[in-house]
Order: sequence, then structure tokens, then C-alpha cells
Amino acid sequence: MVLEDKLFTVKYTPDKVSHLVPDNEACKTCENRTCTFVCPANVYEWDEVHQKLIVNFENCLECGACRIACTKHTLKWEYPKGTKGVTFKLG
Amino acid sequence: MAESNKTDVIVVGAGPAGIACAITIARAGKKVVLIERGSFAGSKNVFGGAIYTQPTKEIFPDFETAAPLERRNVEHKFAILGENDSTVISYKNKTETAGSYTVIRGKFDRWMAEQAKKSGVYLVEKTVVRELLTDNGKVVGVKTELEDYYADIVVLADGVNSLLAKQIGLREDIQPKDVALSVKEVIKLDKEKINDRFNISDDEGCIYEIFGGPMLGMLGLAFMYTNQNSVTIGLGITLNELVERGIRPYDLLENLKTHPTIAPLIKDGVLEEYSAHLIPEGGYKKIPKLSSNGVMIAGDAAMLVNNLHWEGTNLAMISGKLAGETAIEALNKNDFSAKSLYTYEEKLKNSFVMKDLNTYKDLMDIAHKKSDAFLDYYLRTINAFFKMFTSVDSIPKRKKYYDFVKTFVKERKFANIVSDVLHGIKLLWSILKWY
Repeated sequence: MVLEDKLFTVKYTPDKVSHLVPDNEACKTCENRTCTFVCPANVYEWDEVHQKLIVNFENCLECGACRIACTKHTLKWEYPKGTKGVTFKLG
Repeated sequence: MAESNKTDVIVVGAGPAGIACAITIARAGKKVVLIERGSFAGSKNVFGGAIYTQPTKEIFPDFETAAPLERRNVEHKFAILGENDSTVISYKNKTETAGSYTVIRGKFDRWMAEQAKKSGVYLVEKTVVRELLTDNGKVVGVKTELEDYYADIVVLADGVNSLLAKQIGLREDIQPKDVALSVKEVIKLDKEKINDRFNISDDEGCIYEIFGGPMLGMLGLAFMYTNQNSVTIGLGITLNELVERGIRPYDLLENLKTHPTIAPLIKDGVLEEYSAHLIPEGGYKKIPKLSSNGVMIAGDAAMLVNNLHWEGTNLAMISGKLAGETAIEALNKNDFSAKSLYTYEEKLKNSFVMKDLNTYKDLMDIAHKKSDAFLDYYLRTINAFFKMFTSVDSIPKRKKYYDFVKTFVKERKFANIVSDVLHGIKLLWSILKWY
């Protein structure tokens, strides 16, 4: 099963603004961009053309792995607003 | 400060630790506000699958008849997976009262929160505490998105990421080797199929602890739990393993689901919900300072997890209860100083919580150092042994034993085997020595 199908089972109430804010200058020189593979929801994608980290924050499962794994320690990470984000029904 | 926004105790986080803490305080007649960021208690929480009877009874004596439970666990299976084969050990006991029950957190935590409300806890949902308010080094309240709330004591039960504990310097930032990233799936299956495949009856549950398979050589374990009409399957891998190996967690889970020993158990199941969560895995050495002026930390926020025994919610409940008892004493003597709240740490030290974590304080160091041995080579060896022992191929048995031993010492250097044994003894000694 592909990840998109898995994420389809998750209830989200996305905010308009991202609760995950990378420092793109740091991302440009980041060697391994761990966030692009450790994230269980594949929130982060590196856009080679625009040299930019794409953040699909709407898919975030709020686990916190990206913040801890961030090699540069530059990812600004906070919880979504109280009414927003993921709602696990079967956690 | 507005008097209407002041209470005796604020508890941040309505999980097992926060609820146990808040209800303990409310039952003593004190005013307590419990703040939860999710739209209901349990909506941001994920765990393996089972809560433990005895510690849960300490907080909710009647939960076995009143709470929404899935199944009472009667069997614990330990599956050692090779790439395609497996060795499974099972402990089953249908006659004694269940030591644990599977629950769905979205239902169970919500039920716990309801009980807390009935006991007088003021529950505030959909509210994120953004920072702690301090005055002269004492925590005096919390800042939420909407307004500030004040209290004599703030208890942090805000989970593994506890940004609040970090804010006031009680906790260092977590390192990737001190947490496991867990991904899990709840897979819908007919009750009859679950009962047949796991050899259980309607209300009975079976737990799988899974070693090896796609995780061979990695510091990580997988698990399966049976619910009423679904099966939970998931795995937790130390975050640094994923970082260093460049692995996606859900790819590992997909591999696990196709293992010949696992696949038939979930065949034709439909995914109901996918989820992910971090598990504190640092153990005793990574426990933060647990109290200070006007503040205490409980549960995952305090890194209280005994990973070898799959215990977390019980440590959360009991630490929350002890923090609650400490808060009551502090309120009675009107002393919220670091010295007064240090009683909480003493209570924890005298309980199984700290004793157990102390017992396993060397476990993770050795596990990190020796995962290639104990979570790879020896797991393979166990399967290789049973393959050899059960094979019938007209080769004399003595030759097979000799070949087995020869392969065993050839594939792992003698020096390594000696080192493995010494580490095993060291670990055993650290666990069993009397303090």
C-alpha cells in the first residue's frame, strides 16, 4: 500500500498556515535532508529546481521526528492550533 | 493577575499521566484545570495497544466494567523473524484475570477524561499551551493561544515532545538515539477471522512482540494487538537508525506486513487508520529534572518508559498520580517551592517507576552497541538452529551439529562472540545486582 492511501485514512483539519517552518537557507546546504525520508507522512520534499523545501504540512501526523532528526537544528516546529491538525480516532 | 483565571493546579495534557494527576487532585477537593490540545482527550495520542490492569485500577477501580475496552489479553507471543522464516514462543493463560486489555485511545482516553470531569476536573480542550509563565524563576501559569491562566502549580504531562519542559530548562533537547519513531496501522477484520487466526474467543486478546524480519540489525521492534473488530500492527525504530540508514518507516512496516508469518494474520483486512508517534527510549539516564519551583513533569514528557517490558501508560498513570499527591500536600502547606515539590521525585524513587528504570539503566547503551549481535546475528542463529533441528535430509545428525557450530563461529568472529557474551553478562549483572 502506498503512503497516499494510508494518509487517506487519517482525519485532518488543516490550518491555512504551516506549523512547520524550515530555514530554507540552511536546507540548501543540508547534506542529507533527513526530514525528506524519516517523516512518516512524507511531509517534506526537496524541490531541486527551485532549491526549496516543500512542506506538505497538511499531512503532518504531529509526531515530532523531523524536529529531532533535523541535522541543522533549524526547523521551527510547533503544534498546530488547538482546533487544527490531525485527529486520531484509533490511536 | 485576574482572580478568575487563577486555579490551584494546571495540568497540561489529557493523556494517562495528565488525567491521573488531575483526577487525584480533584478527588482531594482542590481546583484543577486540565488543558488538552486535541479536540478530545486521546485524539492526538497513539500507542501500541494495551493498558495494564493493576495500575489502571489504582486510578479507576471500576474500569474493567465501566471503560470502553477491546479485549483482555490472554496470550503473549514472541516472534523471531528471519527474512522468510520464524520461531515463535507463546505464553498463554486463560484462567487468571487479565493483566492487560487492548484499548483504542480515542475511546479510552476520552472515557478517562469524562471520569475526571465527573470528579470535578475542569477540562479545557482544543487549546494549545504555547509557553509557561514564570515569575522570579517560579512557574506561575501557562500562556495559551487565547489567554493566560495562572496556578500555584503547573504539571507538565504534554507528551514526548514536551516543548514546555525544554522551555524552562528542565529537559535537554532529545537526541535521535533517545526516541523511537513508531508507525502503526489499525486493520479492520471480521471478529470471526480474528478469533480463528489468533486462536482466541470473542473477548480474548493476543499480543505479538516481533523481533527481526525487516528490522534485522536495527534497534527496533514490531507489535501486533487484537481489538474487537480490528488488528493493530506497528513497529518502532530508533530514530537514529532511520537517519543513518536513510530508511522510510512506513516502508519497513509494509515489508513486515508481507512476511510469511505475518501476512496471513492480516490477509483481506482493510486499513482503518494509519498513525505515527514518538516513544521516549532514552531510559533512566535521560530522565529530566522532574520538578522545580511551581512545576512537575510526568509521563512521556518525563521520558518514563520501560521499553523492554512495553510499559509506558502505567508509568504515566502512576507518575501522574504521585505528582497529584505531591500537589495536594504542597497546597495544604501552601509551599510550591522546588524543595516542596521535590517530594514528587522522592515518591517516584520509592516506587517501581524509578526502581525499574534504574534496573535497566545500562540496557540502551548496550542495545545501541550490540544491535548487530542481539537483534541480527543471534536472531538468525535461533532460526538457523530450528531449521537444522527440524530438517530431515539423510545427513547424519552429528555432522549437522558440527556444521552448525562451525558456521556459528565462522560467521561471527570469536572475539565478537566473547564480547557479546561479556556484554550479556554485564547487562545481566546491571539488572540483577542488589543496590
